[in-house]
Amino acid sequence: MSVAFLFDACLAALVLGIGGWTIAARSSFGAVVGYIAYGLFLALVWVRLSAVDVALTEAAIGSGVTGVLLIGAAARLRTTEAEALAEPPGRAQRILAGALCGLITMAIAAAVLSLPDPAPTLAPLVAENLPPTGLGNPVTGVLLAYRAFDTLLESVVLVLALAGVWSFALDRAWGGRPGARRIPRSEGALGFLAQLLAPAGIIVGIHLVWTGANEPGGAFQGGTILAAMWIIVMVAGLADAPPVSRRWLRLALVGGPAVFLAIGIAGFAVADAFLAYPQGYAKPLILIIEAGLTLSIAVTLALLAVGPAQRRPQS
Amino acid sequence: MNSTTLAGLCGAALVGLGLFGFVTHPNLLRKILAFNLMGSGVFLLFGVVARRGAAAGIGADPVPQALIITGIVVAFSATALAVALLQRLFKETGQATLRSAPKGSSVDGADV
Repeated sequence: MSVAFLFDACLAALVLGIGGWTIAARSSFGAVVGYIAYGLFLALVWVRLSAVDVALTEAAIGSGVTGVLLIGAAARLRTTEAEALAEPPGRAQRILAGALCGLITMAIAAAVLSLPDPAPTLAPLVAENLPPTGLGNPVTGVLLAYRAFDTLLESVVLVLALAGVWSFALDRAWGGRPGARRIPRSEGALGFLAQLLAPAGIIVGIHLVWTGANEPGGAFQGGTILAAMWIIVMVAGLADAPPVSRRWLRLALVGGPAVFLAIGIAGFAVADAFLAYPQGYAKPLILIIEAGLTLSIAVTLALLAVGPAQRRPQS
Repeated sequence: MNSTTLAGLCGAALVGLGLFGFVTHPNLLRKILAFNLMGSGVFLLFGVVARRGAAAGIGADPVPQALIITGIVVAFSATALAVALLQRLFKETGQATLRSAPKGSSVDGADV
């Protein structure tokens, strides 16, 4: 048994242990904190699976922004905690559920153990067709060249989700600012952290987008870091959340998908297919799409995390 | 057994754990959390498929990798939508479970 396998076994045990904690913990707040730690350890598993792009996404979105969203919700719903604990499912129900879930786990495990060997793969095809795109990162190649349609739809899904979240605002708050009240400017450690971290984080985010063409990274990972920096600035009270009716905000939200769509449609004229790039122009076009997407992703994710409008528009 | 298979078994266990939490927790926030745990288990299973498809000098098949990245982002937006629904439910009924509201309960958050 090699040292690497031992490390992986410990990592898997840790991930399962913390994952179990998020289910077993009594308080929702504790469970959410556990989930954030879980996401970070899961990112290490992704690195061990040679999927560094996924690891970055998991750490940034799966653990980071989801954590912010859930911790805020857990804090606001704290008063309901006791009530929910007072109505636990009966013992028989728990045993039945446990048996069923154990069965499902075993069925999936059996499937994992009987996966075909050699495994089917598209990696050689991707590697073969990567040079014409001018990209060095095969994952970015799949996201923005071979399966760009998926990514276009995904960027639209984000905007749709935000429209859904916004529609849960009360009528009187429509068009106003998210958050129950303006957060006072934090003069303590949080304010200092926000001032120190945000400028550095913005550089890191932009770097991740730029380097994503050739190394792990890309619009989603970089955009998420930019979103996180904006959230920190809002949480520390350095800047208030903008009213959801602002025109610049709406433009920033749809700008990325719109640029993506426009370049896709232009593909009909210059390269004979939707979302096809003319020869020799693939990389600059992909960079333009990524720049637009990064802005839209950053704004959308941050606004998804802060929730619907809660204050009257004039306040 | 190698590390990749181990990660696959870990993913299978996570799906089971998440499903258990989703079914047994009355608290809706815990249900959302458990559903995310289940989702990450599914992503991990797909990641094992990607890792097994390593070829041509690429450490893991990039097509599943790209789909997983898309999946993580969509999972987050679905979570945000679910949390917004839950908070509106809390505003309307003052509770965070699916138990039907007692008759004559206050509806403080309701609009006029």
